[in-house]
Amino acid sequence: MDMLRRTVLKGAGATGVLAGLLAAGVLKPTLAYANDWNKAAFEAKELDAALKALGAEGAAEHKDLVMKAPEIAENGAVVPIDVSSAIPNTASIAILVLKNPSPLTSVFEFSNGAMADVAVRLKVAQTSVIRAVAKADGKVYSTQKEVKVTVGGCGG
Amino acid sequence: MADPMKIRAQLKGDEAVIRVLMSHPMETGQRKDGDGKTIPAHFIQSITVAVNGKTVVSGQTGGSVSRNPVFGFKLKGAKAGDKVAVSWIDNKGDKRTDETTVA
Repeated sequence: MDMLRRTVLKGAGATGVLAGLLAAGVLKPTLAYANDWNKAAFEAKELDAALKALGAEGAAEHKDLVMKAPEIAENGAVVPIDVSSAIPNTASIAILVLKNPSPLTSVFEFSNGAMADVAVRLKVAQTSVIRAVAKADGKVYSTQKEVKVTVGGCGG
Repeated sequence: MADPMKIRAQLKGDEAVIRVLMSHPMETGQRKDGDGKTIPAHFIQSITVAVNGKTVVSGQTGGSVSRNPVFGFKLKGAKAGDKVAVSWIDNKGDKRTDETTVA
């Protein structure tokens, strides 16, 4: 079954061959085009591999990087997450769900007056720590929060 | 062609809050249908928000963003009447751009 999944993933990623080649340079503060898609980071199965592909290893905590997430999510298919950074010159924010099959969910780069503030809705497969990683002035910061997912239960 | 996005750009002081609702299945490629066949991956990979033609946010997304994705962004120094254009491209090469103005 696992093999099948891999084959399918590969097939679906065929358009991303170019992206694979470009992956190393993707997180430079350039515009993201579809063929820039950071395949290595998005398809990484482990947190460390995903962070490495993002060039975001060795993050430090910072009180000005704040994540809002529900403590308990009754529906893991739609979990609202809000990340904002008041760290000066925050260039990008990535959001990872540690226990998802592929932890990286999304990366956002900000420029021309956009505030480093993003709200998304994510799929969370099971109770997991959610981590936000921000880059500012070449340094990497992170914050995290655990979200409990009650699948098909009646909450509480 | 995918359904249009719903975009709202609301001015609060000198900040604009931009909210986007996209219409997209966001299949991860890991789900199976009733016959046990894997449903192929189909998800948005790239989104761009531009204000008056200048890119302000460029994002990459994977299959773990929820179906019919909702995104919220904030923009400093926005004025009423600024043009906000949001675009996405998915892993099959489908794309869509919609516009609104800051109000």
